[in-house]
Amino acid sequence: MPVKCREEQRRLTAWVEGELDHHRAREVMEELDRRIDVAQPRELTVDLSGLTFTDSSGIAVLIRAHRRMGQVRGAMRVVNAPSQAKKVFQAAGLERLIRFE
Amino acid sequence: MKVENQVILEFPSRSANEGFARAAAACFAAQLDPTLEEVNDVKTAVSEAVTNAIVHAYPDKLGKVVLKLRIKEDHALEIVVKDWGVGIEDVDQARTPLFTTGSEERSGMGFTIMESFMDTLKVRSTPGKGTTVTMSRKIARRAGR
Repeated sequence: MPVKCREEQRRLTAWVEGELDHHRAREVMEELDRRIDVAQPRELTVDLSGLTFTDSSGIAVLIRAHRRMGQVRGAMRVVNAPSQAKKVFQAAGLERLIRFE
Repeated sequence: MKVENQVILEFPSRSANEGFARAAAACFAAQLDPTLEEVNDVKTAVSEAVTNAIVHAYPDKLGKVVLKLRIKEDHALEIVVKDWGVGIEDVDQARTPLFTTGSEERSGMGFTIMESFMDTLKVRSTPGKGTTVTMSRKIARRAGR
């Protein structure tokens, strides 16, 4: 599952697509870490419009990206989360930590 | 409760099988004519249970995981995920939200998600012998079917 990224004026957008489970989580985390480290963005937008499935691995990925953005003093938001993903994130209370739009 | 139909799948604890296991559960559940949301709930819970077996039951080696899918006569789907791995010392602690002994890819929310997406969840575990997770979900009968 590729993580497509686009950066413009220190605003980084990452599209996480396909199925996100434990099998793919490490790869996605490492790619997001690398992109954040290189771009040092003021804001990270994670676009989940192409995400077809996630389980609690998706929670771990978002928490890690959120922590990383905190280290570079940037903001983070998640957009276009499909209903299946939203339900998983809500079960974990993730909206208390991360901004969903 | 009488079992109307069942499949039993056995696979090694490779992470590539997480996707296979939830897809198999979704295919089997299709007999109950579930809504898309019901199918997604079942897939999510199976993914969590199978991932636990793969990550935690066999931390240093490959082992056997069995997935049993059963349709009961009350239009319920029962899912059993069984391993013969290290077992869980304290099941109540393992079921506590955010508790994990795993690495950073694990959020500690697996059992919480299984509990909230299924109607019932039972966890039986013996340290050194293995763990059996049994969960069930009633699939609503839809009008006109």
